[in-house]
Amino acid sequence: MTKLDSKLPHGPLAEQWNTHKADIKVVSPANKRKLDVIVIGTGLGGASAAASLGELGYNVKIFCINDSPRRAHSIAAQGGINAAKNYQNDNDSVYRLFYDTIKGGDYRARESNVYRLAEVANPIIDQCVAQGVPFAREYGGLLDNRSFGGAQVSRTFYARGQTGQQLLLGAYAALNRQVAAGNVKSYPRHEILDYVIIDGKARGVIARSLVTGAVERHGSHAVVVASGGYGNVFFLSTNAMNSNGSAAWRAYKRGAWFANPCFTQIHPTCIPVHGTQQSKLTLMSESLRNDGRIWVPKNIEDVRRLREGKIRPSQIAEEDRDYYLERRYPAFGNLVPRDVASRAAKERCDAGYGVNDTGLAVFLDFGTAINRLGIDVIRERYGNLFQMYEKITDSDPYHEPMMIYPAVHYTMGGLWVDYNLMTTVPGLYAIGEANFSDHGANRLGASALMQGLADGYFILPYTIGDYLAKEIQTAHIDTSAPEFAEAERAVVERIDRLFSVRGKQTVDELHKKLGHIMWENVGMARSRESLERAIEEVAALREEFWRDVRVPGGNWEMNPEIEKALRLADFLELGELMARDALNRNESCGGHFRVEYQTEDGEALRDDQHYAYVAVWDDDGKLHKEQLNFESIKIAQRNYKE
Amino acid sequence: MKLKLKIWRQAGPKAKGGFETYDIDGISPDTSFLEMLDILNNNLIHAGKEPVVFDHDCREGICGACSLHINGYAHGPDSEITTCQLHMRKFRDGDTITIEPWRSAAFPVVKDLVVDRQAFDKILQAGGFVSVNTGGVPDANSIPVAKDDAEESMDAAACIGCGACVATCKNGSAMLFVAARVSSLAKLPQGKIEASRRAKAMVARMDELGFGSCTNTQACEAACPKGISITHIARLNREFLKAKLKD
Repeated sequence: MTKLDSKLPHGPLAEQWNTHKADIKVVSPANKRKLDVIVIGTGLGGASAAASLGELGYNVKIFCINDSPRRAHSIAAQGGINAAKNYQNDNDSVYRLFYDTIKGGDYRARESNVYRLAEVANPIIDQCVAQGVPFAREYGGLLDNRSFGGAQVSRTFYARGQTGQQLLLGAYAALNRQVAAGNVKSYPRHEILDYVIIDGKARGVIARSLVTGAVERHGSHAVVVASGGYGNVFFLSTNAMNSNGSAAWRAYKRGAWFANPCFTQIHPTCIPVHGTQQSKLTLMSESLRNDGRIWVPKNIEDVRRLREGKIRPSQIAEEDRDYYLERRYPAFGNLVPRDVASRAAKERCDAGYGVNDTGLAVFLDFGTAINRLGIDVIRERYGNLFQMYEKITDSDPYHEPMMIYPAVHYTMGGLWVDYNLMTTVPGLYAIGEANFSDHGANRLGASALMQGLADGYFILPYTIGDYLAKEIQTAHIDTSAPEFAEAERAVVERIDRLFSVRGKQTVDELHKKLGHIMWENVGMARSRESLERAIEEVAALREEFWRDVRVPGGNWEMNPEIEKALRLADFLELGELMARDALNRNESCGGHFRVEYQTEDGEALRDDQHYAYVAVWDDDGKLHKEQLNFESIKIAQRNYKE
Repeated sequence: MKLKLKIWRQAGPKAKGGFETYDIDGISPDTSFLEMLDILNNNLIHAGKEPVVFDHDCREGICGACSLHINGYAHGPDSEITTCQLHMRKFRDGDTITIEPWRSAAFPVVKDLVVDRQAFDKILQAGGFVSVNTGGVPDANSIPVAKDDAEESMDAAACIGCGACVATCKNGSAMLFVAARVSSLAKLPQGKIEASRRAKAMVARMDELGFGSCTNTQACEAACPKGISITHIARLNREFLKAKLKD
């Protein structure tokens, strides 16, 4: 019976990580060479971990589903990365970054983990600069910063609107260096379909080549899941088309418990849905809220005329605009956290003030900033985002405001890990978005990049040594063991079964149905009724999928349809767990908004007495609770008004 | 919109490929090009045929996965975008659209419209990095960088590794790709230290991998979805020459 032991260090918060590092074991260089580690995923977490482990001398294998590690979805992160450098002299500190992150997460994350994250954020910036990441600079040659939601200081480092790309290219370059040195072996176009557990320990994976369809066995002394989040359960999200939850879900099926699956981030600034043929949603960076002001008309008559195309937004007078975030949250204004901004947009649109033909859009307006700073400054700051917007919508945001609407973006939930980032399966680790550990019920902007790199560069390379130190006597894992054969057989059977259904619906058609159920019932507003409905409907759809899916082609070739079918089969199980988790949590917090639990003015109403815990689901679907203790921070209702 | 699609089909790397023609109807002008292919594939599956395989992922122009020669243009007939950002409003109702994979000796076809671009990873493995390990580096602000240099470095670093430059070059040269990385690092003090060695190693690897040589036709710059300038090739040449002089 697995017991939840979070292994949180004791003592004063500011000393915990140092004390812990001193307490854990290390592996000598000679022994590192004897130890094999598998890393799944090549985003910021996976690439930085694999590179760092390779540098330390471990034998690393790294797998990714794309044709190159550089294409992992971290590449698409736009806005920036947080760190408490206090370069702006605006009274930032490790404590303030820690405090903002805990508060932003609506008091549903561990103090110890978040404090460590805030601590190691600073060396990340140093590391990236040393790698040659071209961060934005001031004229004096020093690093520039901007502000993100949920913070009153400027602590976000950025490289135009392509920060994720530049950080990933830095980690990917470090990875390439280790591949060239022979310390890391890279397996592009490979998907992990199962894990091999021997005597209770993670000992390897079953991978499928996406080029030949061959199912392969790979053994190792430890396995690191860095496969990202599961936002694509909603079909439409800002995630890449191939982003999926399967590597994490398969770990869950093998005994790695899943934490807070219902904590999903709905990002407020995405390009609105245009019609039924849409395949994904595009994010417009949160950085735009530094200079963009969000509004809808005050008068319903103006809304009607906008929708009929009789007036342009710029023709609506200043006094007839409702800058509703500035009105409701004067202290933070347009820079409230994402969950707050998203709900406020939904509130206005539900009230009938949505500004496009579907009624599901609000304005993000740069008019004030262009008047103040000039068009050139705005172009320098956001040029590539404006271009992206124009290419998609055919509308020029320099002259008319952008239209935006919330969309699924990130999942705070994930595999449960202890302070060492190890799951409930010994030797199986989870880092970055794939774990649950740092963002509570809502992640602040520019903190995903921070967490991915913190885990990969500065946390896992230390903590994994504590486990591997006990494995130095273990020889290279023998992949002819019966456990490998059993796992491989299960994978092959699952694939064969999918081909053999020969039903009438394509994978995409079924995925859209799942997305619809999830968005309507487990999306921005949830209720007991909607969640019970979702549980029923997802179960029924799962049955329909296994009865009626059509997977064309065969296994022994490049076949994206079987890839998608395998992923959807897992989403159809994960979706139900998300709804169950949301149903269990009888409170509203962060991105989890239960309509039954709100304050009079529509803010999320937490129940700290009963729900200040991490909801951890075991592989039998039973709930376990990890109580959250707040010793350094006084827990309070989030206030962004004053 | 109603369209006729002429699409390159090829079962595998060794198979003989050829064009197949498909009709498609009911496409909204606001639909993206890849969404149009999704719809085609859905139709093909229902008709009991094999869907067309193509590379794609982020669908917002940054991952570099999507490729496609569309009517003879890499990433289609619009400037400074990738195929996934191309929208059907750039075509007319009734158009015939020809869709082919990248054509280059260094990028063999895997299936249909998918090619193998691992050669790009191999070039970068030869030296496309700054040789620092994790940890033990100086404070970020102890390495000042002139704003203009940082901006120029960023211009080059915008490369997404899609391969449009190679596919467009009549010689199949990867010079713009190599130059973008070399130049981006050479513009920064951190990268300057290894600049010449890096240029030499990456160019040597590029030659080994079967890419052609650069004859300055500038076709790559025109095809680049990120508008990367060929002036970076000049900087690569300078670094390369410096390395040669040292030999």
